[in-house]
Amino acid sequence: MKIGDIKVPGKLSWKEADLRQSFLRQLETVPNSEKIKSCIQCGTCTGSCPVSYAMDISPREVIALFRAGDMETLLNSKTIWVCASCYACQTRCPALIKVTDIMYALKRLAMEKNIYPPNFPVHSLSKTFVNIMNRFGRLHEPLFLVFFLLKTNPFKLFSFMPLGLRMAKRRRIAYIPSKIKNLEGFKKIIRKAEQMDMPLTLEVSQYLRDTVGYGAVDKEIVLEPTKN
Amino acid sequence: MDYTYYPGCSLESAHSSYNDSVKKVFSHLECNLIELEDWNCCGATSYMSVKETVGFAISARNLALAEKHKRDMIAPCSSCYTILAKTHRYMKELPELHEKINECLKEDGLSYNLSVTVRHPLDVLINDIGIEKIKEKAKFNLEGLRIANYYGCQIVRPEKGFDDREDPITMDNLFSAIGAENVYFPMKLKCCGGMLMTTYEDVALKLSKEIIECAINNKANCIVTTCPLCQMNLEAYQDEINKKFNTKYNIPILFFTQVLGLAFGFSDKDLGIDKNLTDRINIKGVLMH
Repeated sequence: MKIGDIKVPGKLSWKEADLRQSFLRQLETVPNSEKIKSCIQCGTCTGSCPVSYAMDISPREVIALFRAGDMETLLNSKTIWVCASCYACQTRCPALIKVTDIMYALKRLAMEKNIYPPNFPVHSLSKTFVNIMNRFGRLHEPLFLVFFLLKTNPFKLFSFMPLGLRMAKRRRIAYIPSKIKNLEGFKKIIRKAEQMDMPLTLEVSQYLRDTVGYGAVDKEIVLEPTKN
Repeated sequence: MDYTYYPGCSLESAHSSYNDSVKKVFSHLECNLIELEDWNCCGATSYMSVKETVGFAISARNLALAEKHKRDMIAPCSSCYTILAKTHRYMKELPELHEKINECLKEDGLSYNLSVTVRHPLDVLINDIGIEKIKEKAKFNLEGLRIANYYGCQIVRPEKGFDDREDPITMDNLFSAIGAENVYFPMKLKCCGGMLMTTYEDVALKLSKEIIECAINNKANCIVTTCPLCQMNLEAYQDEINKKFNTKYNIPILFFTQVLGLAFGFSDKDLGIDKNLTDRINIKGVLMH
């Protein structure tokens, strides 16, 4: 193991430091995100989570790993993709941490850095969604499902056939995608927002680093021999 | 009363029954729903997990369009409701975000000044129209129905809204007022799995099964929901659940507006109940094939 790979709080590997910085940047759009530092590790989030049984890292451990400086394990976990966004944890957290929003931030970070657990289709789902949205301004569900399955598991299309037929029989499938009229204007907004996505104002970055990042820890650690 | 109406993508295709029944019920109660012109998709949970600013911006486009009318906006889909309300709230709480999003909207000559209130139809029914008026307008008594009121995750969470976040009761009050029986249903807020049904089917099937199981164990003869995705998971995947867990569930999953419509005397066809995949149920509580 290289020296640089050893995880020591306060002395992060280059990769880890980069991931951490990007993560804090993602938290910028979450009001009161600095509450993440007041986690008391009570586990209310894990207890409230309906899908924690299927996770490899529990929601409580997510915060613990962030603190321990191990973003990489976090991003490689199944956990962030299994989260169904039901907000049970966020509602109950006694420290008022926006756990669900943190999960969203981790998803975005994983996509930004292209870190996924193997055979994991969830990010393809989001990407397919975005593609269709950018084309029509609205979501066309049948097209969405077909594109998604073609991308991830084409054989599954067959197993969806019976359900599709039943839905069609009950007139529940719209065959023609509906489109918004002012698609040009809509695209302009998206283009602008894409440029804006995650601009980091200096003060905010400084603030986050000093209040929740390792900057905060660094300040308190004074490496001086004890006077005795 | 006039309201701006934001149907959302799901109500255009797979859940047109929800759309039909909301419109029928509100017009019966003398409320005008005026569809928001040229609305776009709210971004749902998926956009938020790709690019957040874009997610907020497209959601805010709807709010900006609605702002011109100075009316409250009704969003029946739980996901749309949460996302639109969240966009409004976060823009209010974070002035930098507000500024940033408005700069994006300016590209299309729009801006959002935080004056739209996003509301769920259930909220409007209870708090604006009132149970008394609904009782007056009801033609039939629903005494045959034993309802499991399933609220789903998104209408009462994450922030405090029109109902309690741990034990909501608005829907229970509504249906007991028109004669139905509300069964004990502790799973009323549990997650159905949502989008996991397409990505992590095993997990979603288990969650949905537990909800149906709880309703049936408590002698409900229908589950009533407020969310298109919950309706889809609980209804369309019932066969799948039966196959996987070796059960024989066949319980109708209705939208709360469909049940209300039945009490008002509308037909199954008016309310889109004929589009449901499971057996139908009438107001006497009898299942029909």
